[in-house]
Amino acid sequence: MGEKNMDLKPNNLSIEESLSLQEELESQQEILTPFKLIRRKFLKRKPSVVALIILSIIILAVAFAPFIVKHDPYELNMTNSNQPPSREHILGTDELGRDYFARVLYGGRVALQVGIFAVIIQIVIGTIIGGIAGYYGGWIDNVLMRITEVFMSFPFLPLVITISAVVGVRISPEQKMYLVMVILGVLSWPSLARIVRGQILSLREQEFILAAKALGIKNTKIIWKHLIPNTVGYIVVNATLGVASAILQESALSFLGLGVAPPVPTWGNLIQYARKMYNLQNRPWLWIPPGLLIFATVMCINLIGDGLRDAIDPKS
Amino acid sequence: MLKYIGRRLIHLIPVVLLISILIFTIIKLTPGDPVGANLDPRSTAEQKEAERARLGLDKPIPVQYWNWLKRSIKGDFGNSYIYKVPVSEVVPGFIKNSFILNVFVYIFAFLISIPIGIITAVKQYSKTDNFWSAFSIIGISMPTFFFGLLLIYFFSVRLDLFPISGMMAVGSKLTGLAKIKDTLHHMILPGTVLIIGSLASLVRYTRTSMLEVINQDYIRTARSKGLEEKVVIYKHAFRNALIPIVTIVGFTIPGLFSGAVMLETVFNWPGIGRVLVDAVNLRDYNLMMALNMFFAILTLLGNLLADIGYALVDPRIKVE
Repeated sequence: MGEKNMDLKPNNLSIEESLSLQEELESQQEILTPFKLIRRKFLKRKPSVVALIILSIIILAVAFAPFIVKHDPYELNMTNSNQPPSREHILGTDELGRDYFARVLYGGRVALQVGIFAVIIQIVIGTIIGGIAGYYGGWIDNVLMRITEVFMSFPFLPLVITISAVVGVRISPEQKMYLVMVILGVLSWPSLARIVRGQILSLREQEFILAAKALGIKNTKIIWKHLIPNTVGYIVVNATLGVASAILQESALSFLGLGVAPPVPTWGNLIQYARKMYNLQNRPWLWIPPGLLIFATVMCINLIGDGLRDAIDPKS
Repeated sequence: MLKYIGRRLIHLIPVVLLISILIFTIIKLTPGDPVGANLDPRSTAEQKEAERARLGLDKPIPVQYWNWLKRSIKGDFGNSYIYKVPVSEVVPGFIKNSFILNVFVYIFAFLISIPIGIITAVKQYSKTDNFWSAFSIIGISMPTFFFGLLLIYFFSVRLDLFPISGMMAVGSKLTGLAKIKDTLHHMILPGTVLIIGSLASLVRYTRTSMLEVINQDYIRTARSKGLEEKVVIYKHAFRNALIPIVTIVGFTIPGLFSGAVMLETVFNWPGIGRVLVDAVNLRDYNLMMALNMFFAILTLLGNLLADIGYALVDPRIKVE
């Protein structure tokens, strides 16, 4: 008997689920748009909501950086270099006397922009390639997957470094930021393409696609209206994780001195100070704040992504 | 199945060639002359010219590529400019060092993360689940290099418990057990970073794919048939949840070596990742090319393994 009771537990869960489903159905009767439904579900998840608030604060802080700090992040002041934190300079000054707090805030601007634009590039390419390859199969799939494989087999870091070296000499540090965006975007789409393809590969064997075909719906319409919407959950999860990992990748590259180049600040290249033993030991305010900001930002984006997945994808 | 694998392996050859051409071209477009780095800076222009001719660098890029390919197939990747010895002699040592650092971590991570992933999915929203969810999200959000720096700062600088960097004590002539002990001591901090990072993503992945399956109708059907919960989870649910996990296993193989680039740089671990960064910074073309090809082939094999696994565990996928 005891065992049987144990067995009932998961069933209880599914009853709860069906109850919540019923609630949903009832609430749908109030005519909720999908967007409202998603928002309502999202707001139920506390960690995601908290993450959204924290991320908003970070975004506002870096966006309105000029109103928050009086100092210019590029303004040199050699007589006032390497200062510890003080009232005037919250995080002290760097070796060229620039206000470090200003550099950290402006560094966030660069980090966030790189992350977002890299992912936009990634989604556009990844969905198109993955959708077409998965649906048509055959030689189209073969060719596209070979291309994807070629892109995936690019050893990520060396390629970024080499392109940085080839193109980097001819461009300014300001433009290098765009270079990093494009490189990260163009090299990161294959995983999304493979996921979309993998999903479509098994979806296209299902009856509703057969039905759609039997109805004579055009192939492109089947892909975009019937198959891709079924993979939206994966795309959303991937895009959010993508922004997070693009920020991580950019920071890693810049930390190695191969991404966004000084004097343009970014969280990654600011942590480079820690590569000098003296700074690592004695000036933790130089490398801990940008590191914590990367961590906080990435974590918030990941939590928001999770919340969105739960809200958008009815299957999860 | 064997035929499928064989055909896929043959398909890999043009892909490998294409990748090598692309990487070769990109590297050749890189400004900076290896001859300048290799010769005495006082050497004359004529001497440099002679050296370029000797290395075949005066020929057009396609000819250079052809020569490189002919040599590489025989296993001759040229000399490393940094180490002044053939590339094929130095690389295996670095591969070994990376392997030592990574292999145990990954095996360990896989062995414990899959059960944890299943448990957290089965007991969704329980305390265990919440703990591991928090752990995963922290683990995947922490930049590897920053986490490494924090550990160095607290455990090496402040508490002086572990060495700051390297694989062995500087100038150590330890042998046998003492050497292993010293290496292990150096491995603890980078190993911790790696384990936490890989556990975080693997647990998250297993949980997600497991959850997706558990909420499907056929699981409900299995339960309503009165099947034992164990059978439902391990026989019905887990096999389908395996599909995405198998993919990740395949992708992890190249990550075994390339993923540690940051870690090896921060901890100054003499592995293949750190050497790669050195090679690129110091423009060691032959080494760069060989390492790139090593990573590329590894990635291709990883992908192939993922696809084979995919076909093995998911009968819905047709292998023609």
